[in-house]
Amino acid sequence: MDLGNAASLAYHVPELVLAGGSIVVLLLDVFTGMKARLGEVALLIVAFAIFTIGYGASAQQGYLFNRMVALDSFALFFKFLFGFTTLATIWMSTGSRELDGEHPGEYYSILLAGTLGMFYMASATNLLMAYLALEFVSLTSYILSGFLRHRERGAEASLKYLIYGGVASGAMLYGFSLLYALTGTLDYAELGHKLAAVAAVPGNGAILFIAVTLTLVGIGYKIAMVPFHQWSPDVYEGSPLPITAYLAVGSKAAGLALLIRFFYPALSSAVGDGTWTALHGVAWPTLMSVVAMVTMTVGNLTALRQQNVKRLLAYSSIAHAGYMLMGFVVLTDGGLRAILFYSVVYYLMNLGAFAVLLLVVNQTGREDIEAFRGLAWRGGAPVAIAMLIFLFSLAGLPPFAGFIGKAYLFAAVIEQKMWLLALVAALNSVVGLAYYVRIARAMFLDQPVAGDPEIAVDTSNGVLIGMLVAGTLVFGLWWTPVINFADRSVVFFGN
Amino acid sequence: MLGMSMTTVGLAHYLFVSLVLLCLGLFCVLTRRNAIGVLMGIELILNSAGINFVAASRFGSSGFDGQVFAVFIIMLAAAESAIGLAVVLGIYRRMRAIDTSRLTTLQG
Repeated sequence: MDLGNAASLAYHVPELVLAGGSIVVLLLDVFTGMKARLGEVALLIVAFAIFTIGYGASAQQGYLFNRMVALDSFALFFKFLFGFTTLATIWMSTGSRELDGEHPGEYYSILLAGTLGMFYMASATNLLMAYLALEFVSLTSYILSGFLRHRERGAEASLKYLIYGGVASGAMLYGFSLLYALTGTLDYAELGHKLAAVAAVPGNGAILFIAVTLTLVGIGYKIAMVPFHQWSPDVYEGSPLPITAYLAVGSKAAGLALLIRFFYPALSSAVGDGTWTALHGVAWPTLMSVVAMVTMTVGNLTALRQQNVKRLLAYSSIAHAGYMLMGFVVLTDGGLRAILFYSVVYYLMNLGAFAVLLLVVNQTGREDIEAFRGLAWRGGAPVAIAMLIFLFSLAGLPPFAGFIGKAYLFAAVIEQKMWLLALVAALNSVVGLAYYVRIARAMFLDQPVAGDPEIAVDTSNGVLIGMLVAGTLVFGLWWTPVINFADRSVVFFGN
Repeated sequence: MLGMSMTTVGLAHYLFVSLVLLCLGLFCVLTRRNAIGVLMGIELILNSAGINFVAASRFGSSGFDGQVFAVFIIMLAAAESAIGLAVVLGIYRRMRAIDTSRLTTLQG
């Protein structure tokens, strides 16, 4: 199926819902007095968008808008993930004290627009579309990260994000322009065919390698891959907390989706038995496996000495990007499946940790580890237990979902006999345990000091945390439906 | 096509100019302390890629894809500048300065 512009609209309903919803929220803000209810409206819009993704899941697969985007299982998987990420973000935003009364119209409108950009990041099959989608997400993230303008940290985070992002996307664009100069096409599928011929010409190898590396800069910054990670702790700390969660989960998964679609169907070719061969002469799998090892090590070692929990979770999310890249470098369908599965698990446990942090920040106004001191003994016992589950899952301990996710990643690596990568990742898991346990110790073993406020669980945040805990527990014991879904989703149209 | 010719300006000349522009942009981003100077460096980087696209489109046989891409780059560069300047303005209102070396609240 290869549709033109008008015919594509029928297969493009979730995106239309989000685009329309973004405008509706803005109009409601201007013309009605329902500022306090805009969060609920945005929640309904995203829920409807998710419903339409599910409704379209049975439809045919193919190219839309003259081969600009693909409608396939891989894109659907990530659209579900982004939809649910935004749902949780809006939920957290409505219960967040720091966002109270802060221009809700613009906030939710931009949030919905950013999600639309993520949808395109997962489905773009053209260099132009990939660039537009990435910039769409970046520009909305710059605004959202500096949304609390009266806070010095917010403005600083926004500017740092913008400068890093601008340079990284500029580098990626330069890489794209070299690819275009070499092949004369912007279409992923054609690019793949022509690059095979281009790579065979002696002398082109160096230019091709530079082009691919520059492209990696742009996408690598989005997933906070070392050495393009410096922005992420600052931005995560300076942003409003729901936006930190949105960037850590949604934006990162969107970057991974773009990365996979660019490097697998476009730059590699499927052999047939579930393995892929990389483009001849461009050793990106080797490069990326080194990057994966460095990323997880830097993330974990720096997280060890963090006092601010938001910042600690930022470094932990850098480490998790490193783990997920393990599935990227093995060049098998099993590796991709492991990444997809891990992103679901990561969604549950990381958003969960952020939701608990939100509750603590709301009631204590602090985000350092001391705010968690004796949490279990001052009215927050259920929340403390939930946090313990999320932290142990992030550390990869059984019987939680994080363990299963890591097991699939390790299995994919060991299957390809990449022992060094497996060893480094295993050592990193141990280091990771150290700082997760630090928070757990503060919650349970430290006694509260006089003057530490009581923690009360409100319904809205309690329900969200409850659902995320349930997911982390259930998928730790019965993960077959998720892994099957991930398995079915490693299908790229047009390859 | 890629080979340098003495008499005519070919693709290689354009690629060389864009490479110089890319390096100047990176140099600008890395050395400027003034936030607006940094934003200008980013503009140089984006435009160096734009030159590549237009030149590759002119000398290749691929139609107008590259030209269209260049138009989109100009549009997005404008959008990025708009947001960048708004952020810089916000910082100026608070700190009465736009020196990036003074943005040190977030560290560790």
